[in-house]
Amino acid sequence: MLYRPINQNYHDFIVQRDRELCINCRVCERQCSYLVHYWDENRKQVMHDNAKCVGCHRCEALCPTGAIVIRHNPSQFRENSHWKPWFIKNVYKQADGGGVLLGAMGNPQPYPIYWDRLLLDASQVTNPSIDPLREPMELRTYLGSKPDSLEFEEKEGKPSLKTKLSPQIKLNYPIMFSAMSYGSINFNLHIAMARAATELGIVYNTGEGGLHPDLYQYGPNTIVQVASGRFGVHRDYLNAAEGSDALSPAPHHDIYSIEDLRQLIYALKEATEYRVPVSVKIAAVHNAAAIASGIVRAGADIVAVDGFRGGTGAAPTMIRDNVGIPAELALAAIDQRLRDEGIRNRASVVIAGGIRCSADVVKAIALGADAVYIGSAALVAVGCTMCQRCYTGKCPWGIATNVPSLARRQNPEIAKQKLVNLVRGWAHEIEEMLGGMGLNSIESLRGNREKLRAVGLNEVELDIFGVKPAGR
Amino acid sequence: MKRVYVNPEVCIGCKLCELACLTEHSQSKDLIIAYREERMQGLLPRNTVEESGWITASLNCRHCAEPYCIQACISGALTKDAESGRVVYEEEQCVGCWSCLMACPFGAIKRHPIKEKIVKCDLCPERSIPACVSACPNQALTFEEK
Repeated sequence: MLYRPINQNYHDFIVQRDRELCINCRVCERQCSYLVHYWDENRKQVMHDNAKCVGCHRCEALCPTGAIVIRHNPSQFRENSHWKPWFIKNVYKQADGGGVLLGAMGNPQPYPIYWDRLLLDASQVTNPSIDPLREPMELRTYLGSKPDSLEFEEKEGKPSLKTKLSPQIKLNYPIMFSAMSYGSINFNLHIAMARAATELGIVYNTGEGGLHPDLYQYGPNTIVQVASGRFGVHRDYLNAAEGSDALSPAPHHDIYSIEDLRQLIYALKEATEYRVPVSVKIAAVHNAAAIASGIVRAGADIVAVDGFRGGTGAAPTMIRDNVGIPAELALAAIDQRLRDEGIRNRASVVIAGGIRCSADVVKAIALGADAVYIGSAALVAVGCTMCQRCYTGKCPWGIATNVPSLARRQNPEIAKQKLVNLVRGWAHEIEEMLGGMGLNSIESLRGNREKLRAVGLNEVELDIFGVKPAGR
Repeated sequence: MKRVYVNPEVCIGCKLCELACLTEHSQSKDLIIAYREERMQGLLPRNTVEESGWITASLNCRHCAEPYCIQACISGALTKDAESGRVVYEEEQCVGCWSCLMACPFGAIKRHPIKEKIVKCDLCPERSIPACVSACPNQALTFEEK
């Protein structure tokens, strides 16, 4: 293309416009925040610039005549299983710009997805399955520290609980909306998450961007995050919520040891007068199990583990694609370690990062999770097509953007309903899967690895998962 | 009465409402034919997406309780339907004096590009929900009693 740097001509997508159907109404032009579509005054028709397309499919989705299809650019480099186009194009980009490659959303590389290697059991002959449409099915979950033992006393002739219970978060479904900050996503989606969590009886996490005063009313269904930047953290913020979450992605400059973490956890507990559980989020990394053990001993009520498939608004591509371990392995290792050390009851374990469907949720719980966070799935529910360009701030779906003209593409009412529908749909499926296994409560599944069998895993992986191979 | 209301907070300026209106009021009822051919013969959408920077809002006839357009109409082409409350337009009767057009405080009445007639929203009498409302991808348009 004339005037264009050579490397930009190796673009990823092409816009295929059916001129039979295209009426030049310019809806695509108005929808594209990357300026792919434009009005050509000479030709008196809509034209497009393939090089700018990020593959978000917004134009395709809104074209009133179905004239647009977004395709992968069929142009191919010579086959080379080592130098895949991904690497070649990245080198070109960096040779041009000299910068760090940016990416967004979770790790998209073809590492093993262990959810797809685990299979669930179903009742046959010797044990009855349960029909959740006819019989009660309990999905309710409480997150927080559970006592080592319970003591009772008699009061006015009736038994009553003597043990003082730690604060708990009550969840009607073992699903929460992940920490996505006000900033990485916009106010419309924050209010949608808050309302959806309230309607469902679950919680959402504010992420590290603070909490808009209008959202304090949803406090009972909110986890407030205290991230390394401490953005928007103050007493009212901490007390607005049902739980608080100390996250450590980048260094917290007041945490260099488990002892320091303990200080922060207890500072948060003091600030919230021990009313709410404190959750500590870590990335799934090499020594996750040992770190989790330290976190529990430091006084955390919940350990949240975020795997490398977990979405982000912006990350260096090399970090996104090469750092961390699969969340499934970290979860199994953490659950086992806490059990082995006899401290599993002291904290709930929450898994995040790459939960795509209700079966992933069921498998996560069978591996030992108390609940899951869904972030990417929630965004997909409101239109995200995983184009991974969140870091531009120009999300054409109005999700990862605060540009007013784009943010308004998320109608909070519609978004709320979609989130509610998604969780309700998954809950029905979880009930069916539980029923199929002959279980009538999520508690009976938690850490019940006997309900899982693995396909295509080696012995070490089976050992870490504590799961038998299919056929055994 | 039920009217079409716009919520500018979530109007995204896509103008699909205009395309839906155009199609609904076309001979062919086919968007492609309506846009390419019938539009050239004077077919117009009855609504207009007003734009000011990034604020957009789809506007159409408000079907006012006391319509200025009817007071201004010299030929009896505009009447208020007592039952439905709609401001009904009889094209046959219109003489193209543009009095209504000047009287309308909302700018909701348009001139037909060819004929000496006006064009205005009829709230899609053949549909239970007006075409613009059905086509809005973000529920920025609602058809309701307020």
